[in-house]
Amino acid sequence: MGDILAFAEQKDGEIRGVAAEVVSVAASRAGELGGQAHAVVLGGAGIGEGADGLGAYGAEIVRVAESESLVTYNPEVYATVVAEIARSGNYDAVLFPATALCKDLAPRVAALLDSALASDITQLEVDEGELVAVRPVYGGKAFARIRFQCSPAVMSLRPNVFGVVESPASGVVEVVTPSIEDSGRSRVIEFQASRSGSVDVSEASIVVSGGRGMRGAEHWVLLEALRDALGPDAALGASRAVVDAGWRPHGEQVGQTGKTVAPKLYFAIGISGAIQHLAGMRTAQTIVAVNKDADAPIFGVADYGIVGDVFEVLPRLTQEISDSRSE
Amino acid sequence: MNSIVCIKRVPDTEARVRIAEGETSIESDGVKYIMSPYDEFALEAALRTKEEGGEGEVTVLTLGDDSSQETLRAALAVGADAAILLQGTVTVDGLATAKALAAELKQHDPPLVLFGVKSGDVDQQQVGPMVATLLGRPCASSVAGFTVDGDTVVCRREAEGGVEVVELDLPAVLTITKGEFEPRYASLKGIMAAKRKPLDVKGAELADSKLTVERLEYPPERAQGRIVGEGPDAVPELVRGLREEANAL
Repeated sequence: MGDILAFAEQKDGEIRGVAAEVVSVAASRAGELGGQAHAVVLGGAGIGEGADGLGAYGAEIVRVAESESLVTYNPEVYATVVAEIARSGNYDAVLFPATALCKDLAPRVAALLDSALASDITQLEVDEGELVAVRPVYGGKAFARIRFQCSPAVMSLRPNVFGVVESPASGVVEVVTPSIEDSGRSRVIEFQASRSGSVDVSEASIVVSGGRGMRGAEHWVLLEALRDALGPDAALGASRAVVDAGWRPHGEQVGQTGKTVAPKLYFAIGISGAIQHLAGMRTAQTIVAVNKDADAPIFGVADYGIVGDVFEVLPRLTQEISDSRSE
Repeated sequence: MNSIVCIKRVPDTEARVRIAEGETSIESDGVKYIMSPYDEFALEAALRTKEEGGEGEVTVLTLGDDSSQETLRAALAVGADAAILLQGTVTVDGLATAKALAAELKQHDPPLVLFGVKSGDVDQQQVGPMVATLLGRPCASSVAGFTVDGDTVVCRREAEGGVEVVELDLPAVLTITKGEFEPRYASLKGIMAAKRKPLDVKGAELADSKLTVERLEYPPERAQGRIVGEGPDAVPELVRGLREEANAL
């Protein structure tokens, strides 16, 4: 009892950074429940090498499923294998990171386990020996404290919110040979990498968002320059007005009808701060706003604000941040 | 080609949220309710598929109380041919919802079942893939565009870092994101016609919810921030604050 299983996502054969966060949470909560954290990794031959590294974040056992069929994500196959591994233990909970991949995978696993799923949670507590999750509802306008009447409880954790904690455990790798049943009814034909090719806005630790104050799609080069100056963990976001105007793709939209984000650092550039936008980004750790209107609602949630013309402020900001990072 | 679009009635995304007494629900008085925005994209996708194929029916299906009839009528006004209301209480347990929908969908077995990628209220992004799993159908999520080609459907889905093109055998379940599906408006003629279209009301087969909302809370207030200055000259102070105070760079 009290054991928690953490899904450690891999990409291109490497275990992703988000895995450390999910394993950390599993380890600390399992500790409170009197159990152990286990991790599960799916991939092709050799994925198990280095998987013991998850021990550094508290995984006692790392269950590794190796198969050629697991090199890339196939929803039905992945769901079946994760559910099989989840059933092989006596887990109180199965945790996923709320990444693009796991938002597709976790509901399928939950359905196979006949368990409820709390998605995109932002807190996880142990109260009187039970797990209590907190998650945003209504696009972040309220938060719900949720209890589970099922075992295992299935959850996905919003990236960047929980943080990584090192707590050494044995990290024993157990390679399992999963039974693969691929119906073949779903076939990936191709993957078209986006030109920016970077991290998704919902997983980025830094987000640079532009609003109507940017005055046109052609001015996004200024935001791209700021993003590039902030390094590889930064991604572009956009307000709803900008997406509705067709300046930016919907995948970048931050807010209740787009993506809710919780990065370490959020830049709102030329965004006035509609209620549904504020709801989607107000849990960011640090918020910076640049807007020419000193009364814009965005300044009500910003930690740092500059009142001014974005076209004057942006180049200077990009320059200063570049200088600051190269020091 | 026949399709069923699963929709949900939710508070307007521009609405303010007030937590009701008991702290487990929100005040609905004075709040405008709408079809969840992503469901509008799914409905649009179904209508276009029907138009392009030149045949078939679009049915909208929802789980909810009687007020959801209004949402179903709105979908009929936009162009859906028939509607089904499964009467029951919607909880935050998406699997309970998925089971109720799956039980109904089994009786119709349409080649295409469409969902909005997520709901505009609880935003769990789970019911579509759960229904697919329960029905044993292939499923593509976050679909921004698709083409039906004989017995298959080729979907362009928003994946991390790009677009994944995936081909599914029909029957299939898709969850739809905005992509190319800018929703149409209801015409006056459509609104009149909707009144005569079939709206079937029946009881839902609802399992007990395995998730309980213990309490709703407002988001934590953010500490009062500060305006560091005006114009580009304020930038050095901002960068200093980000580096030294917020430790964010």
